[in-house]
Amino acid sequence: MWSRRGHGWRIAALTTIGTAIVLPLVVFVLGPNMPPGKGTPVATSQVTDNTVLLVVMTPFTVFILVYLGYALTAFRAKPGEEGLDGAPLRGHFRSQVAWLASTTAAVLFLAIFGTTELLADNGAGGGAGPNPVTKPGGAPLPVQVIGQQWEFTYRYPTYGGVETATLVLPVGRKIAFHVTSLDAIHSFWAYELGVKADANPGVDNIAYVETKKISTFHVRCAELCGLWHGYMSDTGHVVSDADFASWIAARKRQFAPVMKYLPKYSSSYNPDPTFRAG
Amino acid sequence: MRRAIYPARVRTKVAILATGVAVAGVLIGLYVTLLATGPAPYTPPAAQAAEGRSVNLTLQTVAAVGKLAPNENWVSYLVREHGTWHRSTVWTLPANTLVHVTIYNFDGKSGLRNPFLGQARGLVGGRFAINGKPTAVIDPDDASHTFAIPGLGVIVPVMGVADDAPHQCDDAPCPMETAHETITFTFRTGKAGHYRWQCFVPCAAGFVYGFGGPMQTVGYMDGYVDVV
Repeated sequence: MWSRRGHGWRIAALTTIGTAIVLPLVVFVLGPNMPPGKGTPVATSQVTDNTVLLVVMTPFTVFILVYLGYALTAFRAKPGEEGLDGAPLRGHFRSQVAWLASTTAAVLFLAIFGTTELLADNGAGGGAGPNPVTKPGGAPLPVQVIGQQWEFTYRYPTYGGVETATLVLPVGRKIAFHVTSLDAIHSFWAYELGVKADANPGVDNIAYVETKKISTFHVRCAELCGLWHGYMSDTGHVVSDADFASWIAARKRQFAPVMKYLPKYSSSYNPDPTFRAG
Repeated sequence: MRRAIYPARVRTKVAILATGVAVAGVLIGLYVTLLATGPAPYTPPAAQAAEGRSVNLTLQTVAAVGKLAPNENWVSYLVREHGTWHRSTVWTLPANTLVHVTIYNFDGKSGLRNPFLGQARGLVGGRFAINGKPTAVIDPDDASHTFAIPGLGVIVPVMGVADDAPHQCDDAPCPMETAHETITFTFRTGKAGHYRWQCFVPCAAGFVYGFGGPMQTVGYMDGYVDVV
């Protein structure tokens, strides 16, 4: 029923047809709804990146699924042959070259594309370490994110180093998150902002973002950090300049009593003790 | 000519492996269940009263829980129920209710890693009292523990007993004649929910950063508050 010479062409034809059907769905239906949404330019760029990734992987995925379905249909054992060995496997030089060449091209393209996107977006919302390769123009508002078991707190060095338990940002501003930890490894993930940066003790991990619209976003820890890791979440807000000024003034008043005990603002902190005597 | 794909010895090995995986799964399940099983939850008596009321929650913190728990040397919270101290860190509180908390702390000073947590938040009146004296903040180095329900925005630093205080407590539950600090405050529970509470002071003796053991185990310095 199946001619051996036609297998390759049939699989290629089915892959082409399948890709032609799925690809528009990926680009126009799935792509715009990819995470993390379009809360900031960085987040929007991540949506584009995720869509590009999907577009590149679509033909390969379709090919693999077609091949699987085709093999199950065309190469299945006939009744009475279940216990017999199949035909011996042999290499197919042209197929191997085609597979290696296409996948290599895809991976190299994604490597170049990904690197370009990282540089273009000043880290693309990820932690770029204490000395980022690229920085946004202007003077971003520095906000320090302090991870600890099990809560994030935030310091605003340009507002007297006041520390708060909630994250509020002014709209239309470039923000430089300085992410660090006081104990274990955490990860600061401001989902809708498209920011995700590891919080390591003794490390100042910088991530940039620009707030574009008044919004609410979720903050979660994305690094398994102990018993209450699952509860280490918060809700942040992007507010107008006036509301931010009012909010930060209120926090300075609220936390005035503890300010005298806070250490001088630093890129990271190494408080004692590191080991409690028993 | 037909051949069996899997010889008998292979089938036997597969059967043994599958049995082993199943047994391991059951054992892991039992272990996890055991870990998750703590002391019985505590419900203040007034929790069943009408709305618009307040309830009292009376706690003590001890440096070593003693025979009240499997890990005798671990630091722990205890709760007073019908005049008797129990080790329970799962509490049920009524929603939209004022909770008057009294903590008798018999443990020494460990210090906060983040001094910011030395200021109380989320309390009625914004302050708490140490031995009857109102305050909003303590020196972070003097903190022994915290009472914190982050989901409700509540955190209170608990003043530690001075190292040179006379009549230090040896065995939990600690009698009131031994050295202690009394912390009192009030918070409102708000809407119903399942919240976790924790201590923020790294008070686990013998662990790196003081954050192992009792700081990572429900029933000692962690628990749940079920607001119903």
